[in-house]
Amino acid sequence: MRQDLTHIQRWIEPGSRVLDLGCGDGEFLSLLREQRQIVGTGLEIDAANITAAVGRGLNIIEQNMDAGLENFPDQSFDTVVMAHALQAVHYPDKILDEMLRIGRQCIVTFPNFGHWRCRWHLWQQGRMPVSEFMPYSWYNTPNIHFCTVNDFEALCEEKGIQIIARDFVGNTSREPLLASAWPNLFALTAIYHITR
Amino acid sequence: MPFDSVNTVGLVHPEVAQFDEPLQLACGRTLSSYELVYETYGTLNDDRSNAVLICHALSGHHHAAGYHSEDDRKPGWWEQCIGPGKPIDTNRFFVVSLNNLGGCNGSTGPTSINPETGKVWGPDFPPVRVRDWVNSQARLADRLGIDCWAAIVGGSLGGMQAMRWALEYPDRLRHCVVIASALRLSAQNIAFNEVARQAIESDPAFADGHYQENNEVPTRGLGLARMVGHITYLSDDAMASKFGRDLRSGTLELGDEDQVEFQVQSYLRYQGNQFSGNFDANTYMLMTRALDYFDLAREYDDDAVKAFRKANCSFLVVSFTTDWRFSPARSREIVDALIAADKPVTYTNIDADEGHDAFLLPIPRYIDVFSAYMQRVAEGN
Repeated sequence: MRQDLTHIQRWIEPGSRVLDLGCGDGEFLSLLREQRQIVGTGLEIDAANITAAVGRGLNIIEQNMDAGLENFPDQSFDTVVMAHALQAVHYPDKILDEMLRIGRQCIVTFPNFGHWRCRWHLWQQGRMPVSEFMPYSWYNTPNIHFCTVNDFEALCEEKGIQIIARDFVGNTSREPLLASAWPNLFALTAIYHITR
Repeated sequence: MPFDSVNTVGLVHPEVAQFDEPLQLACGRTLSSYELVYETYGTLNDDRSNAVLICHALSGHHHAAGYHSEDDRKPGWWEQCIGPGKPIDTNRFFVVSLNNLGGCNGSTGPTSINPETGKVWGPDFPPVRVRDWVNSQARLADRLGIDCWAAIVGGSLGGMQAMRWALEYPDRLRHCVVIASALRLSAQNIAFNEVARQAIESDPAFADGHYQENNEVPTRGLGLARMVGHITYLSDDAMASKFGRDLRSGTLELGDEDQVEFQVQSYLRYQGNQFSGNFDANTYMLMTRALDYFDLAREYDDDAVKAFRKANCSFLVVSFTTDWRFSPARSREIVDALIAADKPVTYTNIDADEGHDAFLLPIPRYIDVFSAYMQRVAEGN
C-alpha cells in the first residue's frame, strides 16, 4: 500500500460514502471497506484494473474523468479521493471544482515537483527530472500538469478552497521532519484534505 | 460425442410448466392459461439463494446451454457464458432459462392453439410486452420455489427484462446484469424493426399472419427481416474483416458481363434462409413490437432516475465499443440514471470489433469481468 494512501485513511469517516477517482485495482477502496466500513465507488479506465477491482466486489464505473463528471450529482458523496492523478488530468483546476461539487470533502495527493531533487536535477543537468518516483521521459509521461506544494496552495487560495489538513511524505529514511518543516523543498508527496 | 463434458453442462432436457391462473396482460387482454418451456442447469442450493434467471433476446429461447442430444451439432445460444467454470458457473449457480410467452420454441405463442377457438392463435395472439414476460417469469419462479434470484441476466431485449424485474419485483433479485441494452429504443432502432416487419408483411405468403391456416410459411419476408437485423448486429469493421469485398462467384474483369456474388451477399442469404426455416413470423412481429414499446421510465414521468429509485439490487452494465444497435451511449444512460438514483452499479465498455453480436462471443476481457462480477454474486456481496 502506498504511503499516501495509509495517511488518507484517518480522514475517512467510518460508514461514509467514498468516490475514488482513478481507483486502480481497488486496493484502497477495499482497505477502506474493511477498516472504515465505507460504501465506495471507483472510477477507472484501465481494463485489467477494472477486472481486478470488480473481482474485489467493488462498484466500478469505466469512465474517463477528463471527459467530465457531470453524471455525479451535487454532494452525493462524503469524500471524493483522487490519489496521484492530479498531475495526469487535462484540467486539474476543473477536476478540483467537480470533486468539490460532488463531495462534501475531498482528498488529493500529488507528487511535489518542487522537491529539492527535481530542482537539483533541472539546475545541474538542465533536463527534465527522471527518477525512480517519476520514471518517465518528458515526451512519454502521463504526467502532464506538474505542480509544487506552493502552486497547489496558491490554486486553493485563488479558488477559495478551504484546506482542512495537509500532510507531507518525505524521503522515508531521512527527511520526514524536513518534509513537514519545508514541504515545498522536501515533500515527495503532498496530501491535502480540502473542502469548499 | 461432439462435446467435451468438462466445459459444458452436457445433455439437457427442456421442461414445461403449465399455468392455469389467468395472466392479465399490459394490452388489457387476459391469457387464461399458458405454458412456459424452460431448462435448468446446475443445482438449487438448500436455502434457494443461488438461482440465476436468463432472459433471452429477440430470437432467443430456453435452450441457452448444453446439448439436446449426443449428435447435436450446436450447443445452446449462450454456451460461451453458461457452464462449469464459465461466467455463469453452473458449479455454483442454479440457472433457469425459459422461452418467453409469444415465442415459437415451445412456450405458448402464435403457433399454439387458442383454447377458445380451437385454432392456432396466429396474428390474434395478444401483443405481449416486456412486463408481461417479467410477470410470467415471476410465476415460473414461484413454481420453482425461488423467492429471490441471485441475479437476473439478459443481453439486448433480455437486459430490458432484467431492468423491468428490478422495478416490478425489487425484492426478488439481488443483482441485475444488463448487457448491450437500453432504457428504450431510439427512433433509428424502431425504424430498423419496422423495415423487418414490412418485409414480412409484404410477403404474399404471410396473409396478414394467417399463413399457418394456409399451410404456408412466409420464408421470403422472414428471411429479409433477418437480413436487415443481421446487418445491424454486426459492425462495419466486423463485416469488412469477415467478408471485405471478396467474391463468391463471378469476376469483375473487363469484358465479363456475368453477375458477381459477393461473400457478404451469400452470407446474409444463408442467415436469412436458416432463420426463416426455424422461426415463426408472427413471433418475430410480436418480439420486435415488444422491443419498440419498451420504455423503462414511461410510467415514471419519463424519468429513469425516478424509475430506478424503486430498485433494490446491484447492477452490472456492459456495453461493446462497436455496437451501434445498442451503443455504449445507451448503456451510459442506464449507468448515469443508476448513479443519480444512488444505486450500486458497475459499468464496463468492452473493446470489441463484433458489434452487437459481441455479447454472445467469448471476448476475453468480457468473460473476465463478467466472471469477476458473478463471483461477487456467488459470494453474496
